[in-house]
Amino acid sequence: MFGKLTLDAIPYHEPIVMVTLAAVLLGGLAMLAALTKFRLWGYLWKEWFTSVDHKKIGIMYIIVALVMLLRGFADALMMRLQQATAAADSAGYLPPHHFDQVFTAHGVIMIFFVAMPLITGLMNLVVPLQIGARDVAYPFLNSLSFWLFLSGVFLVMVSLFVGDFAATGWLAYPPLSGLDYSPTVGVDYYIWALQLSGLGTTLSGINFIVTIMKMRTPGMTLMKMPVFTWTALVTNILIVAAFPILTVTLALLTADRYLGMHFFTNDLGGNAMMYVNLIWIWGHPEVYILVLPCFGAYSEIVATFSKKPLFGYKSMVYATSAIGVLSFLVWLHHFFTMGSGANVNAFFGIMTMIISVPTGAKLFNWLFTMYRGRVEMTVPMLWTIGFMVTFVVGGVTGVLMAVPGADFVLHNSVFLIAHFHNVIIGGVVFGCLAAINYWFPKAFGFRLNEAWGKASFWCWLVGFYVAFVPLYILGLKGMTRRMNHYANPDWQPYLIVAAIGAAIIAAGIFCILVQFYVSVRDRKKLTDPSGDPWGGRTLEWSISSPAPFYNFATLPQVRELDQFWEDKQNGVAYVQPAKYEDIHMPRNTGVGVVMGAFGTVLGFALVWHIWWMAAIGLLGMIASFIVRAYDRDVDYWVPAAEVERIERSRHAQLKQFQTTQVAPVAAPQRQKVA
Amino acid sequence: MSSPAVSATHGALDGVSHGGDAHHHDDGSKTLLGFWIYLMSDCLIFSGLFATFAVLANATAGGPTGKELFELPYVLGETMLLLISSVTFGMAMLAMHAGKKNQLLAWLAVTFVFGAGFIGMEVHEFAKLIADGAGPSRSAFLSSYFTLVGTHGLHVTCGLIWLVVMMDQMRRYGLTDATRRRLSCLSLFWHFLDIVWICVFTFVYLRGAI
Repeated sequence: MFGKLTLDAIPYHEPIVMVTLAAVLLGGLAMLAALTKFRLWGYLWKEWFTSVDHKKIGIMYIIVALVMLLRGFADALMMRLQQATAAADSAGYLPPHHFDQVFTAHGVIMIFFVAMPLITGLMNLVVPLQIGARDVAYPFLNSLSFWLFLSGVFLVMVSLFVGDFAATGWLAYPPLSGLDYSPTVGVDYYIWALQLSGLGTTLSGINFIVTIMKMRTPGMTLMKMPVFTWTALVTNILIVAAFPILTVTLALLTADRYLGMHFFTNDLGGNAMMYVNLIWIWGHPEVYILVLPCFGAYSEIVATFSKKPLFGYKSMVYATSAIGVLSFLVWLHHFFTMGSGANVNAFFGIMTMIISVPTGAKLFNWLFTMYRGRVEMTVPMLWTIGFMVTFVVGGVTGVLMAVPGADFVLHNSVFLIAHFHNVIIGGVVFGCLAAINYWFPKAFGFRLNEAWGKASFWCWLVGFYVAFVPLYILGLKGMTRRMNHYANPDWQPYLIVAAIGAAIIAAGIFCILVQFYVSVRDRKKLTDPSGDPWGGRTLEWSISSPAPFYNFATLPQVRELDQFWEDKQNGVAYVQPAKYEDIHMPRNTGVGVVMGAFGTVLGFALVWHIWWMAAIGLLGMIASFIVRAYDRDVDYWVPAAEVERIERSRHAQLKQFQTTQVAPVAAPQRQKVA
Repeated sequence: MSSPAVSATHGALDGVSHGGDAHHHDDGSKTLLGFWIYLMSDCLIFSGLFATFAVLANATAGGPTGKELFELPYVLGETMLLLISSVTFGMAMLAMHAGKKNQLLAWLAVTFVFGAGFIGMEVHEFAKLIADGAGPSRSAFLSSYFTLVGTHGLHVTCGLIWLVVMMDQMRRYGLTDATRRRLSCLSLFWHFLDIVWICVFTFVYLRGAI
């Protein structure tokens, strides 16, 4: 009846898990009670869960990502604590099978359920506003993507308390991840969580390509698009080109595990090395999928806070596109040691070195943008400068390992761990936090507290170096990754320092939470009445904060790059149109939520081999999709009078703000283009 | 599996013209572009499976080879069914453009019959292989064969379900912008599967029979 699922699946004997479960249950119950008490269910359902508004979907992605960051970071702290203590005669506090799950969950959660939703959320929030669109190309599909992603999140979280999670490392290499060596449901949770959220990611990739290609405001040619939108375009092309390969790879692993096939097994002709190739053909582009939008965010931030146009806009676009192409030609550098031969290794080594060239070009562009600019040291700018320093270090260690000979020494050592955290924390995490600080006012109508933001930045920056420089050194000393115990006591002092670094980063995360709390508390004081708190250059700053649900009452006409900045210089930025028109908008729908729910049922049932339940989940998904196809009431018109009412109050507020404000928001001195 | 993500009309066709005017977020050109991009991503799924098949084609592990297993005349019959179904779908699209609803429904029904015949023959072929001890768990070669051909079959099955839904929508709503647009997408999908099958026939069956 319940497949492999019995009461024994709940790990009663593991106190760490049980205490976490108790905390989650209590916290969850408290939250549900609070939602019921304050009668928020209807509000949440109507305004958020069923929303097809790209801004709200973006905000939901980011909230889930931040929650998952706490989970992923808890895993990081556990690993640091284990390695700081488990030297020589001490076994530490985590048994091996638990430690293995912790490092797997840490990697999977941080990449798929923190970094990916952060950038998807940012693209959702920002891209339509930057290109002057009222929504994305397929609003319902966008909602569906989010809920599919959430069912992946749900499966990963459930795996902590029911059954176990994969103990294979974040890419689940076979034959270890095959049925012979991972007979429990851990790998199955991994597979279905990634398949569900990966489907969502592919769908949003298609959605954003069409949005950017088809829905730009009149006059915005491709070379007049803001750089963030350019990076989003390339990232989504990479998503559509890379994620199908992940789908195939995981499907083949599924066939091995569920249907007794022999793609990657040790016997009957299976070829485990093929899995490694396939997964990295997806995996390397994935790295650039994550970092490119962050490059875009840095570009916007640097130009805004240097009060200058971005240096080398065209070279930025070409560099982004070049990275997009090259990212498919370097995958083999992840396994130089597999034995592909000297020539193959040389090719991929050289390609890897080449891909650092466009990235280097970008760095110079940012530096030249700051050069002779009036740089304002705001929180987003601090993150950006911190990124520039940190990312260069990470890039250089990456190029070092691109030399196959050097890689033979450093492969699978903690030097590699330090390298990729250097680029992912320094590039992606810093970028997303910079972007959150930068675009927060556009989402909520008030700025984030500066002091706590700066505190979080310094904790993260210092904590990062304290945590990972010791790992670079240990890697050179020969320490391999994923060790739950080591015999060499010389390593222990470094690992204790690394644990202290993790604690400093934890303080940084704490500061971020306090920053949110303080900012919400002081939202009146931090309010953004102009809609343009930083003296921005791109279209999203021309509308009110938070943006009205239809984004633009009239579509802006674009003639040059940074049109809004030009309009401000020419004093025509806030001109009201003579008359407003009806606006066509998509209607909210709960089908995305329902399909996500059936997807969760399907995934859970497949993990535990509960076939009847899997059939319900699958048929439910198909049926709700078909039901949606029969729904002909999917859109509505906002009457012009309503638009006019909203816009009038916005302009009244703007006028009041401009008369009370002593100094204009944007220093109106015109900058010459270098 | 129609594509209800977007609703509405062929109206304003150009990305530039999505001003305050009608139906800006549901013009047909957007849906078609999105569907092409989806097809390309699906194409990558098949390319991954073809690559896997190419790597594992000789990994028979002492089991039967393609030469021993494949009955080319049978597969040729299967192929003809699918190719004819593509032609009849083309006739259906001609009827749609001519605005002849009943003719359209008739051609769609014929397409369904040929598509279902293809699936029936494939299922029969698979059942026979498994009964002969040449199932997917016999060797890596057979794993990749069943997965590649089966994935194509699964796609055709989805296409059949979609076809039924579209026939019903055509019957209920007639030739509206939405139903036309969806049927155009399904037509693309169907022909795409045809092309994939030609690759399957060439690289799996013909090459395997050498």
